[in-house]
Amino acid sequence: METAPEPLTYSDDLILSILRSVKTIAMVGATPNPARPAYLVLKYLLLQGFHVIPVNPGHAGKTLLGQTVYAKLADIPEPIDMVEIFRRSEAAEGIVDEALKLYPLPRVIWMQLSVRNDAAAAKAEAAGLTVIMDRCPKIEYGRLCGEIAWFGVNSRQISSRPRQAPAQFQRMRIQAKD
Amino acid sequence: MSEDREPGFATLAIHAGAQPDPTTGARATPIYQTTSYVFNDADHAASLFGLQAFGNIYTRIMSPTSGVIEERMAALEGGTAGLAVASGHAAQLVTLHALMTPGDEFIAAGQLYGGSINQFNHSFKSFGWNVKWADIDDVESFERAVSPKTKAIFVESIANPGGAVTDIEAVAAVAKRAGVPLIVDNTLATPYLCKPFDFGADIVLHSMTKFIGGHGNSIGGMIVDGGKFNWMASDRYPMLSQPRPEYNGMVLGETFGNFAFAIACRVLGLRDLGPAISPFNSFLILTGSETLPLRMQKHSDNAKAVAEHLAGHPKVTWVSYAGLPGDRYHTRAQKYCPKGAGALLTFGVEGGADAGVKLVSAVDLFSHLANIGDTRSLIIHPWSTTHSQLTEDQRKAAGAGPDVVRLSVGIEDVADIIADLDQALAKT
Repeated sequence: METAPEPLTYSDDLILSILRSVKTIAMVGATPNPARPAYLVLKYLLLQGFHVIPVNPGHAGKTLLGQTVYAKLADIPEPIDMVEIFRRSEAAEGIVDEALKLYPLPRVIWMQLSVRNDAAAAKAEAAGLTVIMDRCPKIEYGRLCGEIAWFGVNSRQISSRPRQAPAQFQRMRIQAKD
Repeated sequence: MSEDREPGFATLAIHAGAQPDPTTGARATPIYQTTSYVFNDADHAASLFGLQAFGNIYTRIMSPTSGVIEERMAALEGGTAGLAVASGHAAQLVTLHALMTPGDEFIAAGQLYGGSINQFNHSFKSFGWNVKWADIDDVESFERAVSPKTKAIFVESIANPGGAVTDIEAVAAVAKRAGVPLIVDNTLATPYLCKPFDFGADIVLHSMTKFIGGHGNSIGGMIVDGGKFNWMASDRYPMLSQPRPEYNGMVLGETFGNFAFAIACRVLGLRDLGPAISPFNSFLILTGSETLPLRMQKHSDNAKAVAEHLAGHPKVTWVSYAGLPGDRYHTRAQKYCPKGAGALLTFGVEGGADAGVKLVSAVDLFSHLANIGDTRSLIIHPWSTTHSQLTEDQRKAAGAGPDVVRLSVGIEDVADIIADLDQALAKT
């Protein structure tokens, strides 16, 4: 019988440091289908000001939410800070292999909620990359900037200090480190 | 707070969900008494309606004031998310709406608040949601009631009014074998006394009208998602596991991870059924929630002293309070609510129904009314009031026989509480 792997834990400080520092994200598995989580996350990260580049061979050359779609990571003509993997877990290793051939190397590999590939993670970490698995960047960003509390979600954030007022209604941002 | 410290219960009761307001610096949570929220632009509006962005649209679906009590209750119970609704009854309606389709069954303990028995037996049956009754003193009765149509099991952690303490762990094992979620109404215990998620519950409900608000001034209900049930494991819960036409084919169970149940209750149940809580009620309940640990300890300590006194009273034939050594639920109470057995106790008055009616007419400090969980001490004779619409057998099964008097012991000086009962008992 297969035993379930240990649940993953990441500190809020680690997640915050990633979400504060990355600017360009390649999203492998981005989709134009508005019902799919990959679309929701793409839209949300764009709303939050990230430069997100969709990667999907089936839609290469088209635009998705104003961004050009590329067939594979190697086709993207600019440096990438983070690769987000929105594919089934088995596909993650091949994507990490592609990411490790990029120059300059991305700093972060992020596998979406329910995506986990320990072998792929080990490879990326051996090359000096930071790896997050089985987490949703939309949920994590919303949790840490405070927006998700409007949906009653337990953000596990306790503080007596007010958050920074947003520049537009209901668009909270993760604040710079204080 | 630094991440290497796990905040304690009292800290969470005051701070969870509530940071100072970012635009005004207001320290208490503001009452956002508005129906609606303006959009930045059409794309922002579309993102909110499509669940692509988090934010407020309309107070039937969410409110920043209610969001604070939702997050606080999730934190206090150890769950992933909360949803505030108009009442405890609304919490039950919205929860079962997310789980049931017409023709489905759920199993409920017979030892329940009378109002819930009515809701399950009559209102829910007209939706085609069929309740099967079980007995918390016979865990096998839950097992026997399981069928392929079963979608959930429902119990109260401490049952109202009988004071029966449920063996949550044993019932959770039945639910797990059946592949259905265990719903625990934790109204009487509150998370200060009992944490159902620690014993295998999947969903916790509250009538916040009672101890969470605690001051007898606001009706409200709460649904807390435990975050552990796998809704995607089968097609039994189509609200969560199937593409929803209401959201262009979105599958909520895969989109919202371990708080998908709370989201389904909000964006399908609350949105379409409509039992929204007023932001003002959420504010009052929030204020009450800050003193929950202090109040629950005092309620429990006072109730235990009253139970001990009544147990030696010549006009009292029996006392049921799980905090009393020798009570049939005392051992279970020590496991599930070791800090105390709560504010509620029942006792038998000599002289039956007539004496019960006389007693509730003679009290002077106690208030004769149909609520529990107020700062004030409350008294009722369930036989002639809350349970009067049930059959004689149902009333007895629910712990509401003709001689039964229910107290919700308040947080006044316990000597005054006891003196009032003594003078009233003398007149029966």
